[in-house]
Amino acid sequence: MESNATTYKPGDFKSDQPVRWCAGCGDHAVLNSLHKTMADLGIAPEMTAVISGIGCSSRLPYYMNTYGFHTIHGRGAAIATGFKVANPAMTVWQISGDGDGLAIGGNHFIHAVRRNVDINMVLLNNRIYGLTKGQYSPTSARGFVSKSSPYGTTEDPFIPAELVFGARGNFFARSIDVDLATTREVMLAGARHKGTSVIEILQNCVIFNNGIHAAVTDKEYRADRTIHLRDGEKMLFGKDNDKGIVADGFNLKAVTLGQDGYTIDDVLVHDPHTQSNFLHQQLAMMDGTDLPMAVGVIRDVDSPVYDREVSAQIEQVKAKKGFSTLRDMLLAGDTWTVN
Amino acid sequence: MDNTNQRVKTLDKVAVRFSGDSGDGMQLAGNIFTNVSAGLGNSVSTFPDYPAEIRAPQGSLGGVSGFQVSIGIGVHTPGDKCDVLVAMNPAALKQNVKFLKPGGVIIIDADSFTEEGLRKARFTTDDPIAELGITAQVLEVPVTSMTRAALTDSGMDNKAILKCRNIFALGLICWLFDRPVESAIAMIRKKFAKKPAIAEANSTVISAGYDYGHNIHAGVSTYKIETEPIKPGVYTDVKGNEATAWGLIMAAEKSGLPLFLGSYPITPATDILHELAKRKDLGVKACQMEDEIAGVCSAIGASFAGNLAATSTSGPGLALKGEAIGLAVMAELPLVVIDVQRGGPSTGLPTKTEQTDLAQALYGRNGESPLAVVAPVSPTDCFNMAFEASRIAIRHMTPVILLSDAFIGNGSSAWRIPEADEYPAIDPRFVPADLREGWTPYMRDEASLSRYWAIPGTPGLMHRLGGLEKNMQTGAISTDPANHAKMVEIRREKIARIADDIPMQEVKCDSPEADTLLIGWGGTYGHLYDAAEELNRQGKKVALAQFRYINPLPANTGEIFSRYKRFIVAELNTGQFADYLQARFPQYEFHRINKVEGQPFMVEEVVDKVNQILSKAQ
Repeated sequence: MESNATTYKPGDFKSDQPVRWCAGCGDHAVLNSLHKTMADLGIAPEMTAVISGIGCSSRLPYYMNTYGFHTIHGRGAAIATGFKVANPAMTVWQISGDGDGLAIGGNHFIHAVRRNVDINMVLLNNRIYGLTKGQYSPTSARGFVSKSSPYGTTEDPFIPAELVFGARGNFFARSIDVDLATTREVMLAGARHKGTSVIEILQNCVIFNNGIHAAVTDKEYRADRTIHLRDGEKMLFGKDNDKGIVADGFNLKAVTLGQDGYTIDDVLVHDPHTQSNFLHQQLAMMDGTDLPMAVGVIRDVDSPVYDREVSAQIEQVKAKKGFSTLRDMLLAGDTWTVN
Repeated sequence: MDNTNQRVKTLDKVAVRFSGDSGDGMQLAGNIFTNVSAGLGNSVSTFPDYPAEIRAPQGSLGGVSGFQVSIGIGVHTPGDKCDVLVAMNPAALKQNVKFLKPGGVIIIDADSFTEEGLRKARFTTDDPIAELGITAQVLEVPVTSMTRAALTDSGMDNKAILKCRNIFALGLICWLFDRPVESAIAMIRKKFAKKPAIAEANSTVISAGYDYGHNIHAGVSTYKIETEPIKPGVYTDVKGNEATAWGLIMAAEKSGLPLFLGSYPITPATDILHELAKRKDLGVKACQMEDEIAGVCSAIGASFAGNLAATSTSGPGLALKGEAIGLAVMAELPLVVIDVQRGGPSTGLPTKTEQTDLAQALYGRNGESPLAVVAPVSPTDCFNMAFEASRIAIRHMTPVILLSDAFIGNGSSAWRIPEADEYPAIDPRFVPADLREGWTPYMRDEASLSRYWAIPGTPGLMHRLGGLEKNMQTGAISTDPANHAKMVEIRREKIARIADDIPMQEVKCDSPEADTLLIGWGGTYGHLYDAAEELNRQGKKVALAQFRYINPLPANTGEIFSRYKRFIVAELNTGQFADYLQARFPQYEFHRINKVEGQPFMVEEVVDKVNQILSKAQ
């Protein structure tokens, strides 16, 4: 589908359906970013499919003028897998949330990542169940108070990146709902990556979990509490871009250039393409307290892609056996003739 | 033992049961015997009866596995009981002697009847024959030592030699039933083509077994089995699960759609996944998914993407797939769901057969979610009904549940390979060219009420489906009460109208005098057919209607029922089909014959129970 002269505008990917998320919901920004990303990609709407499960974020396919499927809770990854394997020419996006993707759909999530099927998963993480009106989710912090945890939760959360690396993921990126430019950047990179791309977006639920990411994402602190990682560039951050990430044994440390003898030469250079996920994992685990939370493409590594491997194996076996019909195959087996 | 007087019996059919440890290769011996017989023009029918444990302790009662095969003419079942029982050890004898016909013959491996062998099988005396009260003729053959002797010069170790015992027994059976040992050797060589040493050893051993029978003129009757004229063509032996897989492939060829299977291993359905995984040579995409739900969900994704999509499972898996099947009902996507039924509930009897998932197939989803249900009646009919399930799914844009079972799924029969043009083309209901302008996803074909299928990748037909109720005109989300009521009605009526697109119900063993209709469905056909024939021989005017199309029922069902006075529904559950019929035809009383033992019917018990019902009615 590439290299035809057609160019697309974000509007070409918008459906005529009224968007029903709450005013102020972070999903609006994500939707806009996705429309823009699709225009940037230049893949025709009819060659694009958006598949989701259930939850606030999973309503998204209805707002797309592409092929779309709003399915059942947690199963988006499995349905997207079958879809992509069956019709590999399509570009497939899967939209999910922290409840849909990591609780009820956790099994499908890790297995899709492990198989490395070529789908772009956008994981909108608001650390709450919004559509069911405010229960804690598998990404809510220990002690989080919600309607289903009135005295605070007594369990630890998943950290999505950690789960992706545990499932041997090859692409992980992160953005913040209000940071449209970065969201567009990571979505584009995810779409261009062949294999499962997990794009986590820290998203605000204005009704049930307002400000849950604020300590990191508020304009006031964002420059100091986040770091935008870019391929081949020094890991610098801060309002004045004077802070950096350095190696401290096997750990990472945030330093200020010119202090304690640290210079620009000590600052690490980001390489999302290195095979080992050791450093990627450490970068992804930075949480905005001692170390700034990483946004941007953290890992982007090539690996065999499931749907391509399935198709390639079929071509190989077909060429070797040379059957063109079921009857050919059956006649080549154990048979006898009755006259 | 009489060594001089060989008698030859001519029989129209005969049943042999091979039994031994799960690891003894009884199924292989049985399969070779079956194929050789089928090659001679016999009808064949087989039934493996194996434990859930893969390798229970050797020689233990729990580890016994059996394989029964019936050959001859007019064979519709593997036989209630066997004429010849092969028991490779004391445990096998103890577990299987109940399956021997009066006047039958037992062949045992005398070498395995040691003190230890008897103890493992929990015999309390040193005379197992007397302890079991066996009066049948017992042929004591030193199978183990003869096998060892045959392979002395083979250079194989003892363990490898012992693995050939089953083939020695097979050789003996081949002699007993006048099967050409050469055909069996040809099959062995093919089976072990990649292990020439094993092929050689087994060829030696089968000849040794055959010659042993010949030389001792084993003092039992030998049998000559009748063959019957059958339709000319090229035949192969097929297991029900293979036939199911092949039926899907035929439907893919006839519809021009790629075939996708999303599945998860589960007994006794896994052979469908195995077969379709092999059929990458025909372009099949068979994906082993992470769980049952992913199996059906990947298939639904593939269906949305424009493939003929199927998922294969057994009862517990169908339970897990319920919500997703509801999605396919709502999105009105074609989907074939294969349930190879086993004993339930819960894990139940995983390797045994039942028909206890009918209610689950019909009703096991939330909301009003009707779909089509069909059931093959024999191993070879699995091919037809998998084709039919696919055809109905594609033409009517609906999920279809195919209710196979462990008995026909694992059982096998000789099957004529269909000619290229024997099955009809299936025309998928793609969006017609004249409707493209202004098309919406729930526009329907007027006659069938089927919606049209827009394949992703097609310009101009981008649309969104989903589990939420949709406006019948626009396809947008709708919570309008009247619209919902209308959509519920349309989905119901759409399934009902499939009755216009399926064959009429047939009645077997019918006569103008017949006043009793025996009713069955699915895999019990062979037993019920034999029972109906036997009843007619006894002068009872009993006809048989074996249903393959369950929902909807064939259009002439009511008309058929109007011709009889009495109705008896026989099924391997507590009355699920009888309840279903009773609700639809309240004017009739449906008598019931039910069995829930994890085992198929026996012809004799059906005959007895029908007679009981008839005598009460008199």
